[in-house]
Amino acid sequence: MTENSIILEEVVFRRSQRRIFNGVSLVIPKGKIVAIMGPSGTGKTTLLRLIAGQLRPDSGSVQVNGFEIPDLSRNELFEVRKSMGMLFQTGALFTDLSVFENVAFPLRIHSDLPEDMLRDLVLIKLQSVGLRGASELYPSELSGGMARRVALARAIALDPGIIMYDEPFAGLDPIALGVIVELIKSLNAIYGMTSIIVSHDINETASIADYIYLLSDGRVIGSGSPGALFKQDSPRIQQFIKGLPDGPVAFHYPAADYEDELMQSLAPNHWFTF
Amino acid sequence: MQMRSIEIIVGAFMLAGIISLAVLAIRVSGFNVGAETNTYSLYARFDNIGGLVRRSKVSIGGVVIGRVAEIRLDQDTYTALVRMEIDRDVQTISTDSTATILTDGLLGGKYIGISIGAEEAFLVNGDEITDTQSAIVLEELIGRFLLKKF
Amino acid sequence: MGRAGHIWWQAIWRKPKLANAHLVIRQIYQLGVLSVVITVMSGFAIGAVLALQGYNQLVKYGSESSLGLGVALVLVMEIGPVVSALLFAGRAGSSLTAEIGLMKATEQLSSMEMIGVDPLQRIVAPRLWAGFISMPILGLMFSVVGIWGASLVGVDWLGVHEGAFWSIMQEGVDFKNHVLKGIVKTIAFGLVITWIAVFQGYDAMPTSEGISSATTKTVVYSSVSVLILDFFLTLVMFNF
Repeated sequence: MTENSIILEEVVFRRSQRRIFNGVSLVIPKGKIVAIMGPSGTGKTTLLRLIAGQLRPDSGSVQVNGFEIPDLSRNELFEVRKSMGMLFQTGALFTDLSVFENVAFPLRIHSDLPEDMLRDLVLIKLQSVGLRGASELYPSELSGGMARRVALARAIALDPGIIMYDEPFAGLDPIALGVIVELIKSLNAIYGMTSIIVSHDINETASIADYIYLLSDGRVIGSGSPGALFKQDSPRIQQFIKGLPDGPVAFHYPAADYEDELMQSLAPNHWFTF
Repeated sequence: MQMRSIEIIVGAFMLAGIISLAVLAIRVSGFNVGAETNTYSLYARFDNIGGLVRRSKVSIGGVVIGRVAEIRLDQDTYTALVRMEIDRDVQTISTDSTATILTDGLLGGKYIGISIGAEEAFLVNGDEITDTQSAIVLEELIGRFLLKKF
Repeated sequence: MGRAGHIWWQAIWRKPKLANAHLVIRQIYQLGVLSVVITVMSGFAIGAVLALQGYNQLVKYGSESSLGLGVALVLVMEIGPVVSALLFAGRAGSSLTAEIGLMKATEQLSSMEMIGVDPLQRIVAPRLWAGFISMPILGLMFSVVGIWGASLVGVDWLGVHEGAFWSIMQEGVDFKNHVLKGIVKTIAFGLVITWIAVFQGYDAMPTSEGISSATTKTVVYSSVSVLILDFFLTLVMFNF
């Protein structure tokens, strides 16, 4: 049995009255690519932050590599984070540092490597995302796709066992999209990195995920391999997967009766003609 | 390297700050380092000190030789007791010298002017100048003026 | 307020490691050095104006030789600390807020946390220390340049006697009572302004209106705080 990297059990998380997660349980097996999907606003990014220990659940357990994350002290969390890499939606490169310095940053913080070893490592990481030649540029000089690749190089700088992608496909042109998909696949295949992808991009995600969890209204409403999920009966799942404009997630924002509302503007005239 | 030039500039910045402080200390406030320890105390009593305050000048012939350190009301005699800190290198203030409270210019502050007397004995730390002349208060002056009907 | 205090407390409590001294230095450059030009220019201008106006009034009583004293006292005790603080709030404070707000909006602070670096220690603390150090230096420079400007106007242009200008000033300005208290003010102002600027940036909404409103709030809140604080400091330091 493959062991599980990450286990979430009955996680409840509230933010200002709203229950973002109302008893979410999922497991992420080691070395697999698992996608967490759902409509916008379901708090998928929040889930990543819970796993990373940036947020604490109100109740429930969040286990990573056997460690109960909410119970860790600051120093212990520091150590555990060495084995987790996160790629933010916006890349989140440090704008005052060069590409090289951005990728070197985690290495400088977590290790005492001599400068020349550090340099080699950074160049290797940049090479793996194809941007070794851009090491002297600054984030403001990069395109969106390039920035995201640099951010990826930074996320894998410490060779983490787990890597989390927050909306990696959002806003990329087809070529850049293809590049990212390839990189995620190869990182997983070559290094065996457990990969969690948070996305609402069905097609891209389905093409590389081993397993998908579908989140809505604070719960897991469906899960399975991409193929199995497509066949599931539930109307919610079907609406999401097929991208249907109307269904359990309604097209119309709640409003008064249509006829009545129109009639209101006609009413004054109506009276006079009587 | 970029960091190098920034460090240099910041260093210059902080140096400028220290220089500013020094300028303010010396040029602007006439700070005298070490002046405090090289002094001795002399006392004088006045009926009226006018606008004399702490740190007012004490001078001989217009040359500043000390400062007013303390002003107290002597409750027995109801006179003002002034303690002056005089430079140690001014040792030759004779025992019959006079201390007068004068005004610096038309609107200037008050200061104490000491006129040296003829005696050969000199005042030492803790002595009192007995011959004093109080400040000229404007109202008294007008009063005297009117009475004498000049 | 509570959150603001929390951030402050955490940043000070976890003092920047000595290794992070270079971060503080970089911030002193950003906040302090880049404010020098506007501070010095304003100082000179205000010193000159004070000399001009002061002369006009004093000459009526024949006391124009006291011009140096008057200008020096006003600058060192009040105008120097206060005006340089207001300038600092506008220039350095607003840029500080915008910078931190932007870093938060683009998730740079989050990613820093993920990598295991405490943004409070790495981003906030150096800036607080830099403000704390830069403000007094700027205040001093303002006063010095102001007095110099006043001397140019008063002595070289309006004909006030040079000897009298400086000696009467030296007689009347007391280092402990006047200059030092002015410095105390600048330190207090520096702390307040940097604290407000950092907090507003941290708390800003991650939108362009959010950041712009946060920058405005920084300038307004710190300016008002400086003026109110000045009143109380003056009351306590000079009237008791």
